Amino acid sequence: MATLNSNVPPGPLADKWRTYKSNLKLVNPANKRKYEVVIVGAGLAGASAAATLSELGYRVKCIVFHDSPRRAHSIAAQGGINAAKNYQNDGDSVHRLFYDTLKGGDYRARESNVHRLAEVSVNIIDQCVAQGVPFAREYGGLLANRSFGGAQVSRTFYARGQTGQQLLLGAYSALSKQVGAGAVELVTQHEMVDLVVVDGHARGVITRDLVTGKFHRHSGEAVIIATGGYGNVFNLSTYARGSNTTAIWRAYKRGACFANPCYTQIHPTCIPVSGDYQSKLTLMSESLRNDGRIWVPKKNEDCKKAPADIPEEDRDYFLERIYPSFGNLAPRDVSSRAAKRMCDEGRGVGETGLGVYLDFAEAIQRYGKQVAARANLVNPSKEKILELGEAAVKERYGNLFDIYHEITNESAYKQPMRIYPAVHYTMGGLWVDYNLMSNVPGLFVLGEANFSDHGANRLGASALMQGLADGYFVVPYTIGNYLATLKPNSRPSTDAPEFKAAEENAASIVKRLLAAKGKEPVNHYHKKLGKLMWDYCGMSRTKEGLEKAILEIGKLREEFWANVNVPGSGDNMNQALERANRVADFIELGQLMCRDALAREESCGGHFREEHQYPDGECKRDDEKFAHVAAWEFQGEGSVPLRNIEPLNYEFTKMSVRSYK
Amino acid sequence: MSLIGNLYSSSIGRKFIMAITGLVLVGFVFGHLVGNLQIFLPPDHINGYAHFLQGLGPVLWLVRLVLLVCVGLHIWAAIALTAESRAARGAQAYGVKKWLHATWASRAMRWTGVIVFFFILYHLAHFTLGIAGHETFKTQLPEWTMQHDAKELGITLAKQGEVVHDVYSMVFLGFQNPVVSIFYIIATSLLSVHLLHGIESLFQTIGWRNGTWACCLRRAVTGLVILYFLGNLLIPGAILTGLAKPAEGTAAAMLGCTACHAASVPATAVHN
Amino acid sequence: MVAEKPSTKNISVTIRVWRQPSAAQPGRFVDYPARDLNPNMSLLEMLDVVNDQLERIGEDPIAFAHDCREGICGTCSLVIDGKPHGPHHGVASCQTYMRSFEDGSVITIEPFRARPFPVIKDLITDRSAFDKIQQAGGFISIRTGSACDANATPIPKETADLAMDAAQCIGCGACVAACKNASAMLFVSAKVSQLGLLPQGQPERDSRVLNMVAKMDELGFGNCTNQYECSAACPKLISHDFIARMNRDYIAASFRAAFKPKPAAGSGGGA
Ligand SMILES: Cc1cc2nc3c(=O)[nH]c(=O)nc-3n(C[C@H](O)[C@H](O)[C@H](O)COP(=O)(O)OP(=O)(O)OC[C@H]3O[C@@H](n4cnc5c(N)ncnc54)[C@H](O)[C@@H]3O)c2cc1C
Ligand code: HEM
Ligand code: HEM
Ligand code: SF4
Ligand code: F3S
Ligand code: FES
Repeated sequence: MATLNSNVPPGPLADKWRTYKSNLKLVNPANKRKYEVVIVGAGLAGASAAATLSELGYRVKCIVFHDSPRRAHSIAAQGGINAAKNYQNDGDSVHRLFYDTLKGGDYRARESNVHRLAEVSVNIIDQCVAQGVPFAREYGGLLANRSFGGAQVSRTFYARGQTGQQLLLGAYSALSKQVGAGAVELVTQHEMVDLVVVDGHARGVITRDLVTGKFHRHSGEAVIIATGGYGNVFNLSTYARGSNTTAIWRAYKRGACFANPCYTQIHPTCIPVSGDYQSKLTLMSESLRNDGRIWVPKKNEDCKKAPADIPEEDRDYFLERIYPSFGNLAPRDVSSRAAKRMCDEGRGVGETGLGVYLDFAEAIQRYGKQVAARANLVNPSKEKILELGEAAVKERYGNLFDIYHEITNESAYKQPMRIYPAVHYTMGGLWVDYNLMSNVPGLFVLGEANFSDHGANRLGASALMQGLADGYFVVPYTIGNYLATLKPNSRPSTDAPEFKAAEENAASIVKRLLAAKGKEPVNHYHKKLGKLMWDYCGMSRTKEGLEKAILEIGKLREEFWANVNVPGSGDNMNQALERANRVADFIELGQLMCRDALAREESCGGHFREEHQYPDGECKRDDEKFAHVAAWEFQGEGSVPLRNIEPLNYEFTKMSVRSYK
Repeated sequence: MSLIGNLYSSSIGRKFIMAITGLVLVGFVFGHLVGNLQIFLPPDHINGYAHFLQGLGPVLWLVRLVLLVCVGLHIWAAIALTAESRAARGAQAYGVKKWLHATWASRAMRWTGVIVFFFILYHLAHFTLGIAGHETFKTQLPEWTMQHDAKELGITLAKQGEVVHDVYSMVFLGFQNPVVSIFYIIATSLLSVHLLHGIESLFQTIGWRNGTWACCLRRAVTGLVILYFLGNLLIPGAILTGLAKPAEGTAAAMLGCTACHAASVPATAVHN
Repeated sequence: MVAEKPSTKNISVTIRVWRQPSAAQPGRFVDYPARDLNPNMSLLEMLDVVNDQLERIGEDPIAFAHDCREGICGTCSLVIDGKPHGPHHGVASCQTYMRSFEDGSVITIEPFRARPFPVIKDLITDRSAFDKIQQAGGFISIRTGSACDANATPIPKETADLAMDAAQCIGCGACVAACKNASAMLFVSAKVSQLGLLPQGQPERDSRVLNMVAKMDELGFGNCTNQYECSAACPKLISHDFIARMNRDYIAASFRAAFKPKPAAGSGGGA
């Protein structure tokens, strides 16, 4: 049984981090270079950590499976990053950001972590601007903000529709500076395939070189995993195709607890599925909900009509109707489920009936009139207003409209977008304490790969914030506290038996995959798994469904190992093998997610159990029994994993029923 | 690295050298054209002008040196950059290759440049050294006595009565040979093509071009090059077709009347 | 950006794909049929389907680089019918849809070709040279935690927007692939311009451009002859104006480096 000590420091919430920081143990500057930190992943979390730790003087090795750190999935984040700067003077504060995030997570996150996140959010913006991240600005030259779901203030900083790209490029540039200076060893196109634990402490990783197929051993005083989320377990998701669970899954199998695996976020505004060939789903940024209005026809028989033919009074702007105070900006889990309910009622639109409208007609009119008024146009014609309005909308969301056009071949200026929820983020991940260290000492987990700050639902624009907070401002302090307990240069030799055993383990998996020589391609199994997960562990879950899924996935796993066909060999680049290696882990993780969802007999945030809802279909939490983190512990192949619990003791906030009405 | 080092060995530095030398050469060829167009004025003009230039002595040599250095650097940079770029492209060519934006002028720079280079060699041999077309070379022709003072921009180029080389006749007689004329026309067209990309390109290289006025720049360059091309076409063209007839009393008028109509007779026929 | 008259019926095509087992081995084109494709399928999804068929019969699937599949990560890198990233303007390979192709057509797919981007396998090339250029100066040296308040330095909106135009580069390398000289000027100029435009980037402006260009040359990229093929192939439509800007910056920096007074000896150790 793992010990899960959250190590939250004592004291008032607002002072915890400050006091704790000043009491952390330090490593003498001259000694820092005698400690090597192996960092896996160079997304926002990994790159920012690698840059900062090496600036501090530690030896850093940074490993990514991509061909360049700049390609990490963080690059795809569109909308923005939150920070409690209160530049808009609209009443924002650290406390309010803290509260919104905690509430947004349906009171299933650790209070202390979330508060720290809100505190350092302001430093992140300073840091990024200093790095040359070209955030959007107002005419006066100051930073601009927009609103995101789950908040009533404008605190989201953005760089057009490419915020994640710009932030990642900022972190990547900081990392590049350190690599160029010889302070970070960058290892690209290597996939972490095992964690090496020596005497109970994480002391290194095994990687497979994706180009040569060779295995490599990397040893360090500490290991940081920042490998992102595992939403591709659903096959179809907004994740990049390469996002995987392998690093955290194999760490889990070495003893790290996996917390809240079932908490997945389904994002309401994605382009609907169009066919079974589809390989990924595309997000339409939440920022669109600033101006777009979501609706479905009131009458089922209108669903196949062209949207323009449906008169205003026959449209149901359901988010505005059900959640008048947040309207179209209700949080993601809430909006997604509402959309699903509409489609379940038979009011969905599009060929599949799985879609709702996101309509910009009103915004185009509003902006058109505004621009016309500003330009002192007298009695502008309808066409003129439309033209000006479209131009204004284009300036704000042009690239998203273009993407929509490319994918669907429809113009969202002329007709409403069709959108539907899709898997987008995983709140669960490896369990970490306040120091971001897992229950395996020496193993730190950052960014989306850990479970820490978002509870059961993440608010928009807060993943980027968390990734950068972890990497720039948290782990650089807390890791010192751990390293200071070790002797300098105490990392084991890579010839140690633990390294050998781990390498053999990873190699044996590859060997088995290649030996199967069955009949079906890897994708076949990924698709099957994805369907099971979406049907039974997706937007809504039931006891029966989950029990069924656990069984089915078990069978799928056997079939996979018996009947997958991975051509080629293991000693050169083999993309089928890469995929197979990942899908093997997804299958196992999928089963764990279902177990977790089954055990959590309540609804909260992204986890919706049909058995636990209010009459209006909202989540019904059970704080009595489930105000805790579930952290699963591996018990060996074939055994049911152990569900450990970390209680969530709220000292400062009252858990209340979340309402966006 | 030092300034010279940067200019000499970096890709941008070498391009900058090409641009600056190209600019000097552009200045020269435009000036040269303007000077040459005096061929359509009475012989005093161009002959006086040539006489003046010849008389500059060390200054002339200085100018020649600058031009020579420019041509040398320009060609050196062109060869060095081209060789590197070829190597950078790699051994394996594309199976299918589409051009997207590059103009034909820009794609032909290396060829037009090389041909212009050979033209310059020939041209020097022709009008400056008298190796080609020796018979009609200015030193072989009767000298010209200035009828009036030749004045340009307030400077007296040659005084009335001065005896000078008859460049006027040399050009007329030279271009009465169709092979020579057509070669000049082809070469100067290629030079125009070279300039069509070159002049615009040099703004980009120096960093003075951007999207806001790129369109104006392109129009201006195109206009300028068309003028340049027409000017250059006019000289051999008009002489060859007989539109321009040599002035009375010049060697060309006396020697050339037979030659200019019997177009196929080489210039040697007039030698006597 | 979408075909004029998109097909709504399923189509069949032949793909002519460059197959090359590794850098050391020679490559060649191989034809594969791809039948009954939904026109809304992306080109990469079409390759997935072909690969599934190959895997089913135990043949080596076509290796191609991809990740985000939404035009932002810069991983995908195909030359499709002679144009890097395919027939459309301003989109990446992964955003090319089958509706852009006619029923029955032959689609030639090959890797980016340039000496600094050696083929790893089939359609995948090694573009780590770009990282090396970035490491030579594509950053602002700011230590974590030492920044002043983000609003302390206002930046005119136009400047910030222009910097953002440059910053959008996804590092895909299509500019190099499209340039007949295999020049990396568009990529490098985008980064140099982004940081050079912003006030934060001023202290290192000269050293940045000098070092990045030197690295670019060292890595064996070709020389720009202002062909503008790069910007035409660029999925983010990065403007070649940035090349002009970098040229100017480079020359100015070279002159400044030569004539600027140099401080006496380094800053010394201090107490
Ligand atoms: C389409 C989309 C839009 C989004 N928009 C927003 C937004 O607007 N605002 C917001 O706050 N959040 C947004 N998010 C969420 C946010 O982008 C991610 O949660 C966050 O970027 C994750 O960062 P990360 O550093 O944890 O991981 P990633 O960026 O995923 O990085 C993972 C890194 O780990 C490496 N890696 C992974 N596995 C291995 C392995 N086995 N071996 C070696 N290396 C490995 C990869 O190479 C990569 O470098 C969005 C997400 C998506 C999908
Ligand atoms: C003598 C033989 C010549 C050769 C081999 C030559 C070759 C070249 C080449 C290869 C280029 C580069 C093309 C490019 O950058 O797009 C170039 C550019 C240029 N050339 Fe020439 N050229 C020659 C003569 C001339 C002459 C006589 C002139 C002027 C009258 C001239 C003017 C220019 C200009 C202005 C440029 C543009 C420079 C730039 O791009 O910045 N060249 N030349
Ligand atoms: C129709 C076109 C041209 C005519 C009629 C013409 C005429 C002449 C004449 C008459 C001379 C000799 C002057 C003298 O020494 O007395 C001369 C010299 C020269 N011309 Fe031209 N020319 C033409 C085009 C060109 C072009 C296109 C170039 C360059 C690309 C060029 C380059 C030169 C040079 C370099 C000299 C030598 C100058 C010197 O003495 O240093 N000419 N030309
Ligand atoms: S400049 Fe354009 S083509 Fe070149 S790497 Fe950047 S995005 Fe790709
Ligand atoms: S195509 Fe090549 S030549 Fe220059 S303008 Fe672009 S790098
Ligand atoms: S796959 Fe990411 S840009 Fe194409």
